[in-house]
Amino acid sequence: MPRLILFVPFALFLVLVGYFAVGLTRDPSELPSALIDQPVPQFELPPVQENGQGLATADLKGGVQLVNVFASWCAPCRIEHPLLMRLAKEEGVTIHGIAYKDKPQDSQRFLAQLGNPYQRIGADLDGRIGIEWGVYGVPETYIVDAEGRIRYRHVGPLMPFDLDEKILPLIRELQK
Amino acid sequence: MIPEIGHYALVLALLLAIVQSSVPMIGAARGNAAWMELGRTAAYGQLLMVGTAFAALTYAYVVSDFSVLNVVQNSHSAKPMLYKVSGVWGNHEGSLVLWVLMLALFGAAVAWFGGNLPPSLKARVLGVQGMIGVGFLIFMLATSNPFIRVFPVPADGNDLNPLLQDPGLAFHPPFLYLGYVGFSLAFSFAAAALIEGRVDPAWGRWVRPWTLVAWSSLTLGIGMGSWWAYYELGWGGWWFWDPVENASLLPWLAGTALLHSAIVVEKRDALKTWTVLLAILTFTLSLVGTFLVRSGVLTSVHAFAVDPERGVAILILLLLATGGGLLLYAMRASSLKVGGLFAPVSREGALVLNNLLLSVACAVVLIGTLYPLLLDSMTGQKISVGAPFFNATFVPLMIPLVAVMAVGPLLAWKRGDLAGALGRLKFAALVTVVCVLWALYINGVKPVMALVGIAMAAWAFFGAVAELADRVKLFRIPLGQSWDRAKGLPRGAWGTTLSHAGLGIAIAGMVGTSAWLTEDIRVMNIGDTASVAGYEFTLEKVESGRVDNYTTETGTFLVSSGGDFVARLHPEQRWYPVARMETTEAAIHTTFYSDLYAVLGDRSEQGEGWVVRIYHHPLVPWIWFGAIVMVLGGLVSLSDRRFRLGVPVRRAAKAPAAAAQPAE
Repeated sequence: MPRLILFVPFALFLVLVGYFAVGLTRDPSELPSALIDQPVPQFELPPVQENGQGLATADLKGGVQLVNVFASWCAPCRIEHPLLMRLAKEEGVTIHGIAYKDKPQDSQRFLAQLGNPYQRIGADLDGRIGIEWGVYGVPETYIVDAEGRIRYRHVGPLMPFDLDEKILPLIRELQK
Repeated sequence: MIPEIGHYALVLALLLAIVQSSVPMIGAARGNAAWMELGRTAAYGQLLMVGTAFAALTYAYVVSDFSVLNVVQNSHSAKPMLYKVSGVWGNHEGSLVLWVLMLALFGAAVAWFGGNLPPSLKARVLGVQGMIGVGFLIFMLATSNPFIRVFPVPADGNDLNPLLQDPGLAFHPPFLYLGYVGFSLAFSFAAAALIEGRVDPAWGRWVRPWTLVAWSSLTLGIGMGSWWAYYELGWGGWWFWDPVENASLLPWLAGTALLHSAIVVEKRDALKTWTVLLAILTFTLSLVGTFLVRSGVLTSVHAFAVDPERGVAILILLLLATGGGLLLYAMRASSLKVGGLFAPVSREGALVLNNLLLSVACAVVLIGTLYPLLLDSMTGQKISVGAPFFNATFVPLMIPLVAVMAVGPLLAWKRGDLAGALGRLKFAALVTVVCVLWALYINGVKPVMALVGIAMAAWAFFGAVAELADRVKLFRIPLGQSWDRAKGLPRGAWGTTLSHAGLGIAIAGMVGTSAWLTEDIRVMNIGDTASVAGYEFTLEKVESGRVDNYTTETGTFLVSSGGDFVARLHPEQRWYPVARMETTEAAIHTTFYSDLYAVLGDRSEQGEGWVVRIYHHPLVPWIWFGAIVMVLGGLVSLSDRRFRLGVPVRRAAKAPAAAAQPAE
């Protein structure tokens, strides 16, 4: 056996470590810096409900808004759902939804059962727009300011303390 | 005072680990028996010290000592005692203490049971094990010290994540860690063998029981974890291809391959360099899993303690341990002597195929887990790879693996008779066809993959049974004689049969619930009836209550089938005020071949009735029953007395140095 072959696992391992090292320099709970404080990407999504409204870039201007990426197949989305209901009902926050890689009928059923906190919902059937937004996994929540710029991104399910400590204070500040 | 004792014990453990990692190594190089022997003492001392630290931390949790930061962050005075104790390892710092405790335990186990190892090999194994201990203890003391105090002392703690307040989760991490850390011994044996420059059948025989211990624990841990996900998360699924789950599957796949290739080393003195590499890689994957879960490189539903600083520390550990191991391999593997020859169709050939398929499956899962990270570092895009990728890549690899699994044990070593082996599997093939036809009759043609899956499950199970029947010559000699033969079979043979049959049972469970699940989500009022898969679910009442540290809403479902009573189900919603979190407790009625699974959700939007989810999961209990049978197989193999015998067989007769034998 040529001795050089024996070094292959070591070399491959170094490549892997290199990737890990690069990965470490990025914080997955933050947006890639390129998107922070940038206008939301150009997109247009069809509605989930037949007579409902879809979601497009133009809808995200004029007022501080939340964009929540969800899917009926996503377990943590069910966990955070009551909080979105609370945000919409009690705090009067405008929330838009992006149904990520989800069949419209499944999204509809999800909302019919659990309640609908969203004003507009766009159906991102193939996940293309998710890529534009840099969606890493569902659920994910963005705060968009009145000029339509992304100001904050939350990865994973929202927890009560996230609302109280980050989301609501930032929304209040942006609304000033 | 007690936390300081724990802290001090960790520092002492580090000093002992430094002694253990250096003195026996030097002793082995110089042939100094006393220095080599010091490794044993250091290993016992390290276990004692880490055990003291673990006990001190447990004590702080039990008495709710809120002057300790770790206790404040993860416990609460109103928490039930069981979860105060399990809270010890339900967080990053505490789980590291448990990790190091297991590491010390395995080190001490080698010191204790390793009486039949050559002294120099034992000293080197302990030395390498000590090095891993040094790495982890420095990591813990520098970045994750569980004994840090807080001042002023808070009145109460933040509570343990309610999702983790469950018996399933209280006990699954220890088994998982026992598995992860158990593979450290395979690594240490591999590194020691490379330093010695010798791998022989005796080495295979020493490595195998320890790998079996780790593999059995990991199997049990993964099984318990998926069971927990199934009944506690309340979404009715049992495997999500989540990075954290993959992190435990990766070392399991590699460990399974290692278990099989070590047999070839032991029996045939072949596949040596590959087995050594596999031993290094298996432990590497345990470390990679740790890195992925704790570094924040990948986010996941249940990754915890995300902290890039710790990520850097674990990455350095990984670089030193695996990098060192692989470099050692690169430089020394060619000095390992090449062993026995075999034909492609032989027991060895089947095991090589097993290793290839398991390794490729492992690579596929690794790529699927890391791909989002790679894409991110190359293009800045952030995506997630979901279940479809794994179903499309992993499942096709399992089909040939299972197909070969039944045939392999029937082939002879060195040169097998494929036609003969297949001939002896006629009965298994027949039963497999019957099972597929039966599934076809009950559930129809769709989905076709389900029929393939049932064929795999039946083939694995009946293949294992057929192999056993063949060994005891069932129905070919009088039953009494068959019974005598069965009693005389080595435990290892029973272990193989059990594990292979267990995998068949588990596959049937996976296929059944993936393909033929029925799900219903609807709003129900008191008195409403929902019909799912031939069962009627009537919501009888919903009651509120208060238990320990949470409040409850408990529903009562009457389940009947064709008018006959089947069960009463009590799904529950829990509200944990301290953590301000809600959990769902699914109610599950298990019959032999299916689960009825009910979840009580929130009150519906319109204010009347509750959102209710009902599942019929065909065959799902078999997943965990199969896992238990596999673990049982591991334990039965472990009890094989061969493992406890001294292994002087080939050590005495050293093979002539330049015996010309082609590559493995």
